Amino acid sequence: MNVPRMTWQRVADSMLALATVVEATVFAFIAPGFFSLDNAVNVLLSVAVTGILAVGMTAVILTAGIDLSVGSVVALTGVTGAMAAAHGFMPATMALLVAVLVGTATGVVNGTLTAYLEVPAFISTLAMLTIARGLAFIVSGGRSIGDLPSSFGALGRSVIAGIPAPVLVMAAVMLAGSFVLRRTVFGRHIYAIGGNTEAAWLAGVNTKRVIWWVYVLNGALAGIGGLTLASRLGAGVPNAGQQYELDVIAAVVVGGASLFGGRGTIAGTLWGTVFIGVLTNGLNLANVDPYVQKIALGVVIVLAVVGDEISRRKRSAG
Amino acid sequence: MDLSADALVKRYPGVLALDGVSFAASGGEVHAVAGENGAGKSTLMKVLSGAVRPDAGTLAVDGRSVRFESPHAAHAVGVRMIHQELSLVPELSVAENVFLGAEPARRGVVDRARQHAAARAVLDRLGQARLDPAARVADLPLAARQMTEIAKAVAADARVLIMDEPTAILAQEETDALFRVIAQLRDEGVAVIYISHRLEEIFRIASRITVLRDGRVVESASLAGMSRTDVVKLMVGRELAAGYPRPAAAPGAEVLRLERVDSGPVRGASLALRRGEIVGLVGLVGAGRTELAQAIFGAAPLTGGRMFLDGAPFTPRTPREAIAAGVGLLPEDRKRQGLVLMGTIRENVSLPSLGAMAPRGVVDRARERAGVARWVEALAVRPPMLDRAAQQLSGGNQQKVVLARWMLRHSRVLLFDEPTRGIDVGAKAEIYALMRRLADDGAAILMISSDLPEALGMADRLVAMRDGRVVGELTRDEATQERVAALILGESAAA
Repeated sequence: MNVPRMTWQRVADSMLALATVVEATVFAFIAPGFFSLDNAVNVLLSVAVTGILAVGMTAVILTAGIDLSVGSVVALTGVTGAMAAAHGFMPATMALLVAVLVGTATGVVNGTLTAYLEVPAFISTLAMLTIARGLAFIVSGGRSIGDLPSSFGALGRSVIAGIPAPVLVMAAVMLAGSFVLRRTVFGRHIYAIGGNTEAAWLAGVNTKRVIWWVYVLNGALAGIGGLTLASRLGAGVPNAGQQYELDVIAAVVVGGASLFGGRGTIAGTLWGTVFIGVLTNGLNLANVDPYVQKIALGVVIVLAVVGDEISRRKRSAG
Repeated sequence: MDLSADALVKRYPGVLALDGVSFAASGGEVHAVAGENGAGKSTLMKVLSGAVRPDAGTLAVDGRSVRFESPHAAHAVGVRMIHQELSLVPELSVAENVFLGAEPARRGVVDRARQHAAARAVLDRLGQARLDPAARVADLPLAARQMTEIAKAVAADARVLIMDEPTAILAQEETDALFRVIAQLRDEGVAVIYISHRLEEIFRIASRITVLRDGRVVESASLAGMSRTDVVKLMVGRELAAGYPRPAAAPGAEVLRLERVDSGPVRGASLALRRGEIVGLVGLVGAGRTELAQAIFGAAPLTGGRMFLDGAPFTPRTPREAIAAGVGLLPEDRKRQGLVLMGTIRENVSLPSLGAMAPRGVVDRARERAGVARWVEALAVRPPMLDRAAQQLSGGNQQKVVLARWMLRHSRVLLFDEPTRGIDVGAKAEIYALMRRLADDGAAILMISSDLPEALGMADRLVAMRDGRVVGELTRDEATQERVAALILGESAAA
């Protein structure tokens, strides 16, 4: 009776893992310096912040929502976190606390507008995109907040057992996110809402509250991502994180999540993040024109979405 | 123009919607089509208007064989349907809608003056002098929108007009105005095919009637010399199918009581449900049955009246609260409202029970599997694979999955909204047996059914609704098809 489920999600995950291996193999031959342990760590470090943000975005997209504000929230939380650290009392801890609180606050606004006031997520989070960016410039006076106590750099720059801290943060966030989505009542309700909101509501799911929490948690994660970036840069930068929302959405969608909701996994998102990271890194090392790289990334996103559409049709036909 | 159909067959998964239907409508007559829900009326209209292609059978216009590949092909020969949900673009004007797709234009630029004048002429011809061609459709009342839709058909020179319950949305004066237009079109030689549940209207406007039952024509004749009772008998006069389980021995204590409940279209509805009893809630589409069930389930707000569960006041504001109190709902549209189709059997069954099997929010998967497996087995869900996606199941098995959900939750009050719609005969019998077993185990069941024989066969007691009100209650012994039909149709003469 316990026949393992062969879902399209699984097929998509394994296809993407395979595609990543093929991609890495190609780069190993054409990109000098690609095939090394150091470079592998580089790739992971380059995608760490995106990966952290992608966990929250996966949950948002699973509910058939979207959060366009994460890039700006990264800047706002980085700046406010840095300002907290500048005050000197337990700088690293205060910075994290403030960044997560500020991120959560933006999530509360997004969640309240989207879940309870029924503003389309695209609109409410687009508004937050510009508001959070504006706030980041106002609170910082338009300058980078630097010259910080050395402990501020711990989250972004320390290396534990050869692995950079941001990569470990990403790993921890992904493990936690995967556990929440797969094993908790909250996670199961997220999938149910994305699959069929009305049926979930009629089965007793408090759909608004679940959606609210998804945006709140996504804001908190953006705070962690924002502080990780600021810590790595050694400063809170008000124009950091520009267009991160697009990179993050791309990673989630390439990872097999459906923008219509109900389908997607953290494992898929991990592979989507890594696939794009390897692509960017390999093209860089192969000395491909950065403008051409943008085109390559666009093509990958289109292929992923077309694949998603085809799998959806097959499933509804099957 | 004459439109005829010969030996139409249309099969949907598990249902034979049309089983050799022949039909003919002639120019200059209003031909009524009647029958219970599910008798095949709407499928027949879809075939006649080109929206659905039949599996077998032929269509002919003025004796020449035609094939409609699409509604567009039907329009081309002058056959048009006026839909219940009107197919207008609300943001456009009346004139723009009337000539949508056939705009008078010069080199691709719409000639607005000519369009306005032409629309004015059509509306005048229909006696609609007060309807402004420049008005935005979204701003118009429903009756005016319907008239716009008719004007659209007339402007396209429709010779066969199919109208599906056109008066359902109209007030009395509006109905009178519509009937004048229909009579005028008839006198101009248009064939009008008129679907309605309202016998009074059929007798007023139509000269012929075709009655469908179970996908077959039971009668097609002139209305002259027929009484309303004759028509009701034709519509519902089916022998009770075998296979209904025996009725309840003796119902127990009262579980749920409704006192003068208002909610949406429901007005002052009172009823009671007892342990071990199946109450059938009968009425026509739009009588307020589904809305009443939604009010009990907390899915629609109560605007008046009171409800009691086990004697205590009961006012659920959300389904969540109703479920917590022990109420379960099998919605009418199980694909849209019942199931998360991409989810598995397990996920769908356990959804409302997750809280109880999740210490500190983490689902105990062993407990979940065991609980779900027990009911999947007891209900004989096929295939009994917990990780099979719900969308891969047949209609009957999907229904069992929703049922298993409430059994796992130990719900004591069950609201079944059209529990056997669209499922095959064998699965129906299984669902009937399960319902009776649930009642025997102490559940109180409210069953909404538009299938009168089913309601009569299953229910220990029948409650009839019409126009949002409870209009009568019959015990199992009192209930006959004719008496129930008279109640739900509001036909005192037919009793």
